[in-house]
Amino acid sequence: MSAVAQRHRRATDDPAWAKVLVIGTVLAFLALVLILPLVAVFAEALRKGVGAALAAVSNPDALAAVKLTLITAAIAVPFNAVFGLCASWAVAKHDFWGKSFLITLIDLPFSVSPVVAGLIYVLVFGLQGWMGEWLLDNDLKIIFAVPGIVLATVFVTFPFVARELIPLMQEQGTSEEEAAVSMGASGLYTFWRVTAPNVRWGLLYGVLLCNARAMGEFGAVSVVSGHIRGLTNTMPLHVEILYNEYDFVGAFAVAALLCLLAVVTLVLKTALEVAQPDVRAGRGGH
Amino acid sequence: MWRARTLDDDQTMTADTAERRPPAKRPLFRRRSAIPGFGLTMGVTLSVLSLIVLIPLSAVVLKAAQQSPAEFWTVATSQRAMAAYRLTFGAAFVAALINGVFGVLTAWALVRYDFPGKTIVNALVDLPFALPTAVAGIALATLYSPNGWVGQFLTPLGIKAAYNPVGVTIALIFIGLPFVVRTIEPVLRDAADDVEEAAASLGASRFDTILRVVLPALAPAWLTGFALAFARGVGEYGSVIFIAGNMPYKSEIAPLLIIIQLEQFEYARAATIAVVMLAVSFTMLLIINAIQAWSRRFA
Repeated sequence: MSAVAQRHRRATDDPAWAKVLVIGTVLAFLALVLILPLVAVFAEALRKGVGAALAAVSNPDALAAVKLTLITAAIAVPFNAVFGLCASWAVAKHDFWGKSFLITLIDLPFSVSPVVAGLIYVLVFGLQGWMGEWLLDNDLKIIFAVPGIVLATVFVTFPFVARELIPLMQEQGTSEEEAAVSMGASGLYTFWRVTAPNVRWGLLYGVLLCNARAMGEFGAVSVVSGHIRGLTNTMPLHVEILYNEYDFVGAFAVAALLCLLAVVTLVLKTALEVAQPDVRAGRGGH
Repeated sequence: MWRARTLDDDQTMTADTAERRPPAKRPLFRRRSAIPGFGLTMGVTLSVLSLIVLIPLSAVVLKAAQQSPAEFWTVATSQRAMAAYRLTFGAAFVAALINGVFGVLTAWALVRYDFPGKTIVNALVDLPFALPTAVAGIALATLYSPNGWVGQFLTPLGIKAAYNPVGVTIALIFIGLPFVVRTIEPVLRDAADDVEEAAASLGASRFDTILRVVLPALAPAWLTGFALAFARGVGEYGSVIFIAGNMPYKSEIAPLLIIIQLEQFEYARAATIAVVMLAVSFTMLLIINAIQAWSRRFA
């Protein structure tokens, strides 16, 4: 209080009581809404001791779910990273008609309910779907199998990398690439030596967020998975099954693993924002 | 992660174009550029976009269109569906309003004040983006169930906060918070405090300044954040179903109704409700873009 009073108070400073009130309200609200659920997951997971939690996580079905989640992310994330690089190169480094419309289309999956995202693939690849009979004749399975899970995950994480890279590349302009090309560098060489170093942190930022969502997706994957234990269960789906069977320690133990993923994501993301403020600059802030 | 497209994106675009476009010859589709790779990258972009997003999305519309308009209307407006829309849109609206209040306070504290642990609080705001929705769902259901950590204090007060519409709203508050905070934050950071100083030097009280000068300037960003949180809430599934109760007509959200229809092999019915939800999503997208365009006029 005294420190505040001694300093010359600027017209845009709020009185100390207002600061305390606002900060107090915000902290209380965030503690209730954000921190409490996080704490609850770990507390419930450890309710019967560390041993029970570890046993639930190392159960073969849980391990199969972990494996499938990793496989899904290992396909979906690089796929969307390559797409994001292509899209941002086309959009940010060239001028063409309908650019804003294209960006809106790329963002579209964010506006679609995850359940609808799953449904559309059932309607295309399911038994009753467009390609259902053809797939059946050729003994291919997409829905209720791993390819469907990967497709649904690709859909819900589709815009992550692109929407990180497009504003970043637009901000950086085209002069460096134009200089490289005019001095005889090939397109690929220009990308590799000029553009890639400029956008690598933004790319990492997008990949980080894309990965968190890919590993955590529930709604879309739930529709196409078929919930076959040990075969088509990802970690979030395994959490649901255990929870619905009243195996709360098991459900929360697997959930705690996913919480760790979220915490690691947030730590890396914050570290990236501190070390490379540019990645934030690409996101509308300054 | 959701970010409202801001003024910067389009301004840099138009500034670039205006500066470098030769006035004489304007090609129909694309300005010639020295940078190669347009054909390849645009080709990949459009093919992948069509195969993954556009063609599958059209499947749901075509499936719904296989019914006659009368059938479509009957399914889309059936009593059970109407109850689900009311719950979904109502809960999403209330949650977005609550986030509208606390989101502004959070953004204000993060931008204007310094306090211990600010970096952690800042990182934590994005938790709903990083935490799998199913995890949030079971955690919230456990906390707010009648004998949960929070629920046990609400039960004596006669408040039931789980397995009913209140529970749905709680889950959507969790999901929607970062949309509001992250939309308002950059605008608040960029807002010049000279207008506030001017207001103060003209004799306005701090309260008046905030109410009449600061908050109106935040209105477009607030509306955008509200719309984003609402849109996300309408489609949300994973965090809601565990705490919702899922009773038809009472606590059944629209996305769950789609899944139930699907499990009964009622593909056309599922597609019908999906089309209604898509229509709402796209309307929200248009509204958000319109707010952005409107705020640009005043920028």
